[in-house]
Amino acid sequence: MKLFRFFSPATFYPLAGKLIPWFAVLAAVSILGGLYWGFFETPDRLGGANPQKEYYRIIFIHVPAAWMSMWLYLVVAGYSAIGLVFNTRLSFMLARATAPTGAIFTFLALWTGAFWGHPSWGTWWDWDPRLTSELILFFLYLGYLALHSAIDDPHRADQASALLAIVGLVMVPVIFWSINCPDPNQCAALHQRSSLANMEPNILGSMLVMTFGLWVYSFTTVLMRVRNLILIREVDTNWVKAAIAREQGE
Amino acid sequence: MMEMFFAQGGYAFYVWSSYGMALLLLVWELVQLFRWRRGILARRARRDRTILARRIRKAGGGDTR
Repeated sequence: MKLFRFFSPATFYPLAGKLIPWFAVLAAVSILGGLYWGFFETPDRLGGANPQKEYYRIIFIHVPAAWMSMWLYLVVAGYSAIGLVFNTRLSFMLARATAPTGAIFTFLALWTGAFWGHPSWGTWWDWDPRLTSELILFFLYLGYLALHSAIDDPHRADQASALLAIVGLVMVPVIFWSINCPDPNQCAALHQRSSLANMEPNILGSMLVMTFGLWVYSFTTVLMRVRNLILIREVDTNWVKAAIAREQGE
Repeated sequence: MMEMFFAQGGYAFYVWSSYGMALLLLVWELVQLFRWRRGILARRARRDRTILARRIRKAGGGDTR
């Protein structure tokens, strides 16, 4: 299997090193471009009859961060599943490398949501289905990382936390559909329904560019982190010695 | 023009608290990753020097100190 050789740490380490600067530049350009678009080329109001005022601009970080928090959890669970099925070291390392960035985006979605909720709903926090399930996602990320660091043997830590990640996968659809409350008397949802179709095109556009920017940013940090994990785990191999010498010689 | 941008129609506190936290966390993450890498490489280099010194001592006696 040629494909598997490509995914060995020894091949992946230098490849990731070459990709990181490109992802970093692309992330910086799209985030700065998206912010410029969002702050200077958009209307000051969002919505029709009772519009939200300037505070709606939190949308350009809030929605991308929330989307990435769910997407990166899918990525963590996906790498974990591949690792468990094929027993490939690199997929476990990629799962472990993705989780901290996912946790940061989850926290950011909660934080920016609070700062959006206060001016629009009059409260920083509410036990609304979406807010609550996003908070649980944050704890899942923390639990995954805590479990991983609690087990000394790296291989067993990989396997145990991979299983946790897959079990926690149930939260992602819960968050995604949590605004579609089946019975409004049972669960009163404070969080707005998001309808991309009715959005002002400039607001939608800058939000999507910011999403792309954060997505590429996550590639940058995950590759940086996985390189560190590879260095730590493969420290005694000859290829690591050679790779470090080559990079420091450049 | 610039003043209006920072004021955000009176919602500066909400808008900049959100973007401020985002900036803080992303920069912090990148700094942590750089520092982690530097630490790993430094520890490695230190360990290699110790191993090398031990080998030299073993081979040629104590005159390398």
